[in-house]
Amino acid sequence: MSENNIDRRKFLAAAAAGAGFVAIAPGIRLVEIAAAKPDNEPVTSKVRWGMLIDTTRCQSGCTECVSACGKENGLSEVKKPRTDAQWIRKIDLKELKTGRALSLPMMCQHCANPPCVDVCPTGASFKRADGIVLVDRHICIGCRYCMMACPYKARSFVHEPHTDQNPEVPRGQGCVEGCTLCVHRVDRGGTPACVEACAAAGHNAMLFGDLNDPGSAIAKRVREVKTTQVRADLKLDLGVRYEGI
Amino acid sequence: MAIASYVETQSRPAAFWGLLAAGGLFLLAAFAAFLHFEHSGHVVTGMDNQIVWGMPHVFAVFLIVAASGVLNVASIGSVFGKPVYKARAPLSGLLALAMMAGGLAVLAADLGRPDRLIVAMTHFNFKSIFALNMMFYSGFFAIVAAYLVTMMDRSLNGYSKVIGFLAFFWRLALTTATGSIFGFLVARTAYGSALLAPMFIIYSFAYGLAAFLIVQGAMYAWNGLVLDARILARMKNLLAVFVGAALYFTAVMHLTSLYFAKQDAYERFLLLDGGVYTAAFWLGQVAVGGLLPLALIFLPGATQARVIAAAVLVVLGGLAQMFVTIVGGQAFPLEIFPGYAVTSSFQDGIVNGYSPVAGEFALGFGGIALAFLITVVAVRVLRFLPQDDFAALKAED
Repeated sequence: MSENNIDRRKFLAAAAAGAGFVAIAPGIRLVEIAAAKPDNEPVTSKVRWGMLIDTTRCQSGCTECVSACGKENGLSEVKKPRTDAQWIRKIDLKELKTGRALSLPMMCQHCANPPCVDVCPTGASFKRADGIVLVDRHICIGCRYCMMACPYKARSFVHEPHTDQNPEVPRGQGCVEGCTLCVHRVDRGGTPACVEACAAAGHNAMLFGDLNDPGSAIAKRVREVKTTQVRADLKLDLGVRYEGI
Repeated sequence: MAIASYVETQSRPAAFWGLLAAGGLFLLAAFAAFLHFEHSGHVVTGMDNQIVWGMPHVFAVFLIVAASGVLNVASIGSVFGKPVYKARAPLSGLLALAMMAGGLAVLAADLGRPDRLIVAMTHFNFKSIFALNMMFYSGFFAIVAAYLVTMMDRSLNGYSKVIGFLAFFWRLALTTATGSIFGFLVARTAYGSALLAPMFIIYSFAYGLAAFLIVQGAMYAWNGLVLDARILARMKNLLAVFVGAALYFTAVMHLTSLYFAKQDAYERFLLLDGGVYTAAFWLGQVAVGGLLPLALIFLPGATQARVIAAAVLVVLGGLAQMFVTIVGGQAFPLEIFPGYAVTSSFQDGIVNGYSPVAGEFALGFGGIALAFLITVVAVRVLRFLPQDDFAALKAED
């Protein structure tokens, strides 16, 4: 009889401890990924996600970022360069006057004043409060006006049916799409797949972070070195900056 | 009896059904192309991620621009009170509706998700000139339809002047907005000019009047009538004024563009080394659409056949102009890094090729066929054929 009582006490104590852990654990986890946005909170303009690309570290011929993007977002390998979606591409540049050569990845620049959002008739092209420019695949009618408007050719049109989608990155024939800055990863506190792949390859040419946070690595770097916004004459206030152009 | 009256069109049922069948065949071909594109995706067209707007847009924008322009005939009648044009106002309104319907149908059929047309009609981004255009198009239908009713129902004739004014200003706003679709594309060298809006208006005057003259000529021929020489003279001179003005705007556009050093490369491409686009500009837009019609109109002894030939050339030149503006503007490489030579897997730095497939032309001609069918049926069941007694009208002038 008393043994039973002791067992019961042990059981209750263990249960309480377990319940307590379960209750507190998410908080502990939250502290750990403080930068991540809890699912039940809207994105905030306190954050401005951005990327800094160091062209002096970017290797010509290296396409790690491109492959990683394709794998992460369920894009097929580019077999038809005219019609296949290319959310990120490598551009090799050669200065006409001096012959100076450099290589860099080009993707959606996540403008603060995005022309694609201005021109979209239905509002499918939109900018989140944290600066990420996306396409709402539910209301994109496939008019392709955003592709006409984008100064960076960052958008692709889905030209044919496709299978093997990544459930986190739904895509559909007849809609326009582009780099999402791996928003599904960023919202969980991660970094875009291209940035991760560039670091894994040992180049570390891509730096991702919150431009609004003075303590972030990207904000510090942008303060310290001269960075360039591509086609700065258009005054679009880009989220993606380049170093060494 | 000085007021313009109307004659019934001649019956000729076999020929009528023949016209319907011919138009129907084109429409059917367009529908087949639409289903094919919709099912397989745009990969089966000549369009790609660089040339995103192709032949269907060339036809669609032409039809929309011409639709707004063809209404001018009515405006000159109602708004500016010219009796010769007043007699033609109902036909002008009808053609405006028919061509607008044809153009919009092509535009919708070329969407990536045509099934979401209802989304386009229920979700508006008011900052988008494209969304504004959609509102202008819908309003155009309503206003021009009301205008037609006030012109054709004698009990409502009193309202036709007011609605005519509204239609006139609406169509000017509409074409301004259509030109601005390109004018607002700041990143591309070929576009991003405020001049595109007034230029599209003057283009619409020329294309619209040309389309009107062709249809009017066909209707007169059908009924064995001959257009009064003085009316012909007036209308051909007006066409010449519009064609001349279109050439003037084109020249100013390119001269100002040449003045901006950064646009040298594009102007060189378009005017000299652009291959098919250079040919379409000089031979199509300037020669066929401008100089030849002017010669046909102004060389002594202009007959109705010659004026209609001039109008046909203006339409062909108009299609060439749309091809140059829409496709040529995209073919020229988008300059992302000025001062650098660039290469990539995404056709950066190269002139983009474009080989339209037959289905794209089928869609475009389908739009014309739709406008044609609407017109053929409407002129048969309602009184649209103008009948002029020029001497009487002259006396009233």
